[in-house]
Amino acid sequence: MANNIKILTKDIGTDGLESISVYKKLGGYLGVEKALKKMSPDEVVEEVKKAGVRGRGGAGFPMGMKWGFLAKPEGVPRYLVCNADESEPGTFKDHYLMMKNPHLLIEGMIISSFALGANKSFIYVRGELMYVIHILEKAIEEAKQAGYLGKNILGSGFDLELIVQPGGGAYICGEETALLESLEGKRGNPRNKPPFPAVKGLYQCPTVVNNVESIANTPWIIQNGGDSYAAIGIGRSTGTKLISASGNVKKPGVYELELGLPVEEFIYSDEYLGGIRDGHHLKAVVAGGSSVPILPAELILKTAEGQPRLMTYESLSEGGFVSGTMLGSGGFIAMDETTCIVRNTWNFTRFYRHESCGQCSPCREGTGWMEKVLYRIEHGTGNERDIDLLVDVAKRIEGNTICPLGDAAAWPVGSAIRHFRDEFEWHIKHPAQATAKGAIYSKSVIETLA
Amino acid sequence: MPELTENIVFSKERLEKVEEIIARYPEGKQKSALLPILHLAQEQFGWLSSKTMDYVAGLLSIQPVEVYEVATFYTMFHLKPVGKHVIEYCRTGPCCVMGGEEVYAHLRDKLNIETGQTTEDGLITLKEVECLAACGWGPCFQIREKYFMHLDNQKVDEIIEDLRKTN
Repeated sequence: MANNIKILTKDIGTDGLESISVYKKLGGYLGVEKALKKMSPDEVVEEVKKAGVRGRGGAGFPMGMKWGFLAKPEGVPRYLVCNADESEPGTFKDHYLMMKNPHLLIEGMIISSFALGANKSFIYVRGELMYVIHILEKAIEEAKQAGYLGKNILGSGFDLELIVQPGGGAYICGEETALLESLEGKRGNPRNKPPFPAVKGLYQCPTVVNNVESIANTPWIIQNGGDSYAAIGIGRSTGTKLISASGNVKKPGVYELELGLPVEEFIYSDEYLGGIRDGHHLKAVVAGGSSVPILPAELILKTAEGQPRLMTYESLSEGGFVSGTMLGSGGFIAMDETTCIVRNTWNFTRFYRHESCGQCSPCREGTGWMEKVLYRIEHGTGNERDIDLLVDVAKRIEGNTICPLGDAAAWPVGSAIRHFRDEFEWHIKHPAQATAKGAIYSKSVIETLA
Repeated sequence: MPELTENIVFSKERLEKVEEIIARYPEGKQKSALLPILHLAQEQFGWLSSKTMDYVAGLLSIQPVEVYEVATFYTMFHLKPVGKHVIEYCRTGPCCVMGGEEVYAHLRDKLNIETGQTTEDGLITLKEVECLAACGWGPCFQIREKYFMHLDNQKVDEIIEDLRKTN
């Protein structure tokens, strides 16, 4: 990538960025000025559509199109809800962005609420991030004092009240209808769709739910135009993406990169992750949060056809679930040879069992079943039928639940077995070796398999 | 350990806060205030007894069962008495890849308790939680609002010593 463009993180690192005075000095709130003084709501929607920005929470659905679905019956309030319930294992980009640059999200919320005609908007933040909630509330107070929130903002006739809502510790509330239930003071049980939130959302009123990073892109889009945004990136993967990297890399952290960066460059260049920690090598990557299929090193760096894999929605999913994965939330977990795939899969499955809301039996029962089977394989008491049993259970969960948590629980198991079946077999056939402290599976271990 | 007092009543400041929170939502939608108010309640009383939940139900003019079903769904709420400090340790994959399990074993040894238990002096309760959205800064745990990140055995020792000293 020639031009190393930063849209969301360019000012991060500036002292006092969380205060409105510094944020404004760097050009902050000019997006609001432009939208509210010079544009109509429909013109704002049009720019976001042109930008082609796709939902940054994980699903990748075009944001402008989602806005376009919003029903607008006369006399019924409409709501914008920002999904800041970031809980997908491996993902901590929204945490980072809100903590470092709260006004960017607030400016984006004002612009987006104006576009949608929402006069009361919510930022639903996971409850564990109470300190971030305080940062946002302080920033909102500053924005109110400066006249960017409240009645008749900048003389435009547009009113907006912005409310920060804490969650209570539940991954499922990242699913948009569960989030709305939670915001109404209930258990986070996802709703059946249709009706979609665009028609009946919060308090049964038309509602748009967007991720933090998606909304934070709007000030730049309004200032520079949707076409300029669409010129960044490759094809239908427009703009930049925040990637939160963890695992056995030299420099874990949050990076903003132009979509289209080769995965190999992202992992190994000093500008990004700086490679795998010394003396070790890359074994596997979960590229887009714990839900997306895990890939072995060779398939994350290159597609099955031998093309370099790029950080785009399309390139990462090339090969489907046979040899590809998904960009997802951008939670990039890199594992070296010391990570046991069976143990990691058991850990992820325990997570989904813990976080299943329990409404749909395939998910409620299936996640617990998979966890038990994976536990016994990992602890040396698995049997030869267990691998096929796992595949079977995962298949019966997938597509049979009202929300995507079921799929999210099934994919890590299916993909781990698809790509690392010999490691599961090793655990079953040679439990003493496989469960020994410090046991490391390698290709040469295959030879010891009966 | 906070005693279960006969009178569960919010302080004056918290009652004002409750009013301010309820006013955020459209009329008749005061149930939306439930999660924020449960957080306030836990902040004051340390944990949520059924008495506390009944009190919150009264503040919001909803049925007690509506509070119970919510409080039992969200893992941040403590439904039993806890120590002065609650360590909520992340047990999810990315932290484990970065050595989280070894550090957790050390923490349990240091405190001489298992997950879910409280130290004899009532100072620390240990809980395991799922992903805290700090994966690149792991291993990590949280005590109330504060995140403790990039943990290793030595850092854990220092944090625990500090908690013991400031008791």
